[in-house]
Amino acid sequence: MNLDQFLHMGGYGFYIWTSYGIAFVVLALNIILPIRQQKRALKDIANRRRRNQERMSDL
Amino acid sequence: MGSPPHFYRFTGKILPWLSLLCALLIATGLWGGLVEAPADYQQGDSFRIIYVHVPSAWMSLFVYVVMAVCGAIGLIWHMKNAEVIAISSAPIGASFTFLALVTGSLWGKPMWGSWWVWDARLTSELILLFLYLGVIGLYAAIEDKRTASRAVAILALVGLVNIPIIHYSVEWWNTLHQGPTVTKFDKPSIHVSMLIPLLLMAGGFKLFYLISVLIRARGELIERESNSNWVSELLEKR
Repeated sequence: MNLDQFLHMGGYGFYIWTSYGIAFVVLALNIILPIRQQKRALKDIANRRRRNQERMSDL
Repeated sequence: MGSPPHFYRFTGKILPWLSLLCALLIATGLWGGLVEAPADYQQGDSFRIIYVHVPSAWMSLFVYVVMAVCGAIGLIWHMKNAEVIAISSAPIGASFTFLALVTGSLWGKPMWGSWWVWDARLTSELILLFLYLGVIGLYAAIEDKRTASRAVAILALVGLVNIPIIHYSVEWWNTLHQGPTVTKFDKPSIHVSMLIPLLLMAGGFKLFYLISVLIRARGELIERESNSNWVSELLEKR
């Protein structure tokens, strides 16, 4: 079997590769977005704590 | 698994191994399904959509049950980890439901001649997507996260009634959707060379859910416990 045949999928290439492509994107987002969210959360917490400390030392 | 810091440390240790195993399962499943398995005698190569469609559809139901059960555990015993797993399951469950619907549509077009039909299986699966979106929306709308968790758990438990409806829809109603091929009591009506990749993909998708839900749950715990000592230690180590 050559690559052209493989991509052609007996005429169903469009339906198959679109399915797999969308699945890949959706699953990848389910890893990337939570990791970014967690990084952002840690950064926010660190900033918040720093501000609180500065306010305490001002008093 | 009781306390959030223990949960955070333990999941941090197992996540790399889970990811490796998940990648292996999906890679071998894809090879088996797209390359090794022969074309179907009725559907030709189009049947290969089964390897994303069926695992997604199975997971859309499985994740919902996990979400409802963890919601109930949080409701009854006020376990933080269960509450967090419940709400972290919603986006990934919604994703699997979306994938089941979209890949089903992309399979239905060449096989049935239509992107969408209002039949029992498809309609009940669409309702499942709305239930997931309802859970996500409700959680986001309530400021206090513990109250939000309780509200979401009740919604998830009410929606549980939809799960057997989806599963049996192809038997209870006359539908365009084909009946079960794998989950029936006699021998599955699918050849081993087609079945093995399907089971590998199903295993891979289940691990994928576990990985995604754990990553989400870890982030959610950090936000909820932002004033605790274990989060302070985490910040110092950063």
